[in-house]
This record gives sequence, C-alpha cells and structure tokens, in this order.
Amino acid sequence: MSNLLKNAIRFILFILVQVFLLDKIPPLQLFIVPIIYFLFLLWLPFKIPKLQLLIIGFSYGLMLDFFTKTPGLHAAACTLVAFCRPFIIHLLLPKESFETNYVEPSIISMGFVPFMVYVLMLTIIHHFYLIFLEWLSFGDMLFFLGKLIASTGVSILLILITEMLFHRNVKGRSRLA
Amino acid sequence: MLNFIQILSRFRVFLLFLLLQGIALSMLFNFNRFHNASYLSTTYEISGRINLRYNNLQSYFSLQAENDKLREQNVVLLNQLKADFQSPEQGYKIVNGDSQTLGNRKYLYLSAKVINSSVNAQSNYITLYRGANQGVEKDMGVIGAEGVIGRVVDVSPNMSIVMCIIHRKSSVVAQIKNAGGLGEIIWDGKDPRFVTLIKIAKSIEVKKGDTVVTSPYSGIFPPGQPIGYVNYVGTDENTNTYLLKVETAINFYTIQHAYLVKSLLKTELDSLINKVKKY
Repeated sequence: MSNLLKNAIRFILFILVQVFLLDKIPPLQLFIVPIIYFLFLLWLPFKIPKLQLLIIGFSYGLMLDFFTKTPGLHAAACTLVAFCRPFIIHLLLPKESFETNYVEPSIISMGFVPFMVYVLMLTIIHHFYLIFLEWLSFGDMLFFLGKLIASTGVSILLILITEMLFHRNVKGRSRLA
Repeated sequence: MLNFIQILSRFRVFLLFLLLQGIALSMLFNFNRFHNASYLSTTYEISGRINLRYNNLQSYFSLQAENDKLREQNVVLLNQLKADFQSPEQGYKIVNGDSQTLGNRKYLYLSAKVINSSVNAQSNYITLYRGANQGVEKDMGVIGAEGVIGRVVDVSPNMSIVMCIIHRKSSVVAQIKNAGGLGEIIWDGKDPRFVTLIKIAKSIEVKKGDTVVTSPYSGIFPPGQPIGYVNYVGTDENTNTYLLKVETAINFYTIQHAYLVKSLLKTELDSLINKVKKY
C-alpha cells in the first residue's frame, strides 16, 4: 500500500473514531475527555516537508472542527503540533540513524523511551493549547488545569493501547533498494 | 530586496505557521460572524450527511425508549382534545380552528430528527435533519418531549445547527413555575446534566424540586415549557440573588427527536422593538 493511500485512510478513520466513538462516550468524570485524533499527525512519515506538514495539520484540524462545530479550535492546535513535531524528532534522534531505514515514527523505529517522550511532549503541547484556547474564551483556570492533566493521562493511555493493537509495518522500502 | 526575500524563504515555515495560526484563531474568535458564512453551511451539509448515516444505525438501539416517550406524549396530547371537554354553558359551540374562539395562533411546532449531538464539549450543539427548505429559520426555539433543548444558530438547506442550553454562550430567559421571577439559564461548562439559574430575586421563595420553566418574555419559546428542576438552592453573595443549580429536564445523552418552535409573531415583535430603540 502506498504511503499516500495509507495516510488518506488513516485521515478518515481517525476523524470518524474521534467524532463517532470517543466524542459519544458519556464523560466518566468531568475532566476526562479522550482525544486521540492527533495521533494521525504523529504517525506521518519522517520525510514529509515542513511546509506540507503544516498545511496537512491545519486542514486535518479544520476537518474535525466541522464536525464539532468549533471552526479554528482544533485547527490551531493541530498546526502547533505540526510545527513542533520536526523539532522534537530532531531533539530525540540523531539525523542519520533513522531516516534511511524507517518511514514513520513508532516504537520500533525510535525505541520505546524516545517514542514515548515524543508522544508525551506532543500530547501535552496539543492538549495545553486546546484547553488554553477554551480557557481564553470561557475562563475558569482550575477547571481547565484539571482537565489538562486528566485528558493528557487518558490520551496517553489510549495511544499506548492503539500502538499495541495496531502493529505498524514501519520498515521503509529504501532499505531494500 | 534580495535580502528580504532570503529572510522570507529562511523563515517560510515559521511564517506559514503564523499565518495558519492567525486564520485558525480569527475563525475561532469571530465564531458568531462566521456562523453566517456560506461555506460553513456547505460543510455542515456534508458532515450532516455523514452524521445521518451514523444516526440511522444508532437509532435502532434506542427505539424502545423512544417509543415509550412518544406514547407518553401522545397521552398528554389526547387529554387536550376538544371533544373531551364540554362546557356547562351550552349557549355557544366550541369550533375547532375558528380564530374567533381560539384566538390567534402564536406558536407553530415543526418536528425534526436529531442526527448528531454532543455533550462532552464546552460548546455543545445538536444537528437536526430539517433545514431552510423545510421551513427552519435562525433563532427558532427547540424543545424536546421533556423540555427545552436550545436555539437554532445556523441553517443549511436540509440541516440546522442548534446551540444547546448546555453551551457556554447560551442564555435563556426563565422563571420558577408558580412563583414567577425573572432569571437567566446559563451553563458553567462542567456537568452536562446541570445548568445554572441566575438573577432570580431573593423575594421569591424557592425550594429544591421546583420546576424551572421558560418565561413569557423569552420571545422564542412558548411560555411554561419545562427547562429543569431545582437541585440545589445557593446564593450569589455579590448581587443578593439566588444561584440555583438546575437539573435539566431533557436528557442530552439520549435525544432522538426535537420540535422546532416557530414564533409567528416574532417578526412583528422584533420590528416593534427596533422601532422603539430608535427613539
């Protein structure tokens, strides 16, 4: 399966899962809002140019916004994630070691600890910005702080489960060639 | 000039990032203005189609509960039939639909299917499968079988978007049934089962369990529609009014059907108010 097709399918699937599954769950507790849709951005290939990544991030967030009827909210958060992603990858991995062998970030391609740090940092960035924007329009600091912590925890847990359930074949063709 | 272009190309990623952030934030903070943008209703039409597919499947699971609700409402309506009443004074006849005896009709109800709803967000909307082509207009009130749901904020040809009373920017004029008062229903964004009633003066006696209904002054809702039931009586120290925690009459988790309320006198009322404002 080509990379483009694979990511197009993921694009649709992640939005459907977020809108029709996770957003339908009655809140167990006030603070907990499970969000994993942005995992799509974390799974994009290493080699994608930064400009493209930004545009993909923006349009992906906007797509979700049309379902949740909050134009701009998720788009802003996704653009920030797309902007920060290359820096964090660059921080965590030396440049030569991965780009030739693997297509996209995963536990196998990056190693367990670097990958978890990568996920954790971007999740916190995403949630913080999303919740910060909500706080700007509505106020109530303490509530949003609680929501930030609880939602980050649940999201990380969900991402871990997703990683375990869906074994991704991340080896690139470049190794064979 | 060349330098300028070089700087531009060096920081192009950052500049694009700033541009996209700017677009996103301006969309977010000008949300109410963007509500009128035509491209949005097109996207609602598309996301609405997808919601409809999903809802067709989902509605099978709640058929039983929905039937019970409809049956209950039928009983209420049957009890209001003209034929079941007889006036002791036989001097005149009650004629159905005669404007002389029934007065002018003020509210008209349109039924609609709920195809999508949200409860988890700070801004909760429901989507109705009925739009401008079927007579829905902006600012119509929306009620369910048990009570008030919200207000129409956006209409596309076949869908409409309703801002629920559990929305951070929602505000509905309300009063206590049998005791009166004039208050406002708002939502604090925390628990979708509870809204807050503010601005009710202390002179009115309120106790737990009292019904909160729409006020005759609301303009978009028929008076006396239940909004919820007082769950906790608190006081706002600053203004010396009540701060009432109200359990919503409608269960936002399970809405399947809604009725749009068309206020037939609204245009007349609005033009009158606008006329007065000029003075």
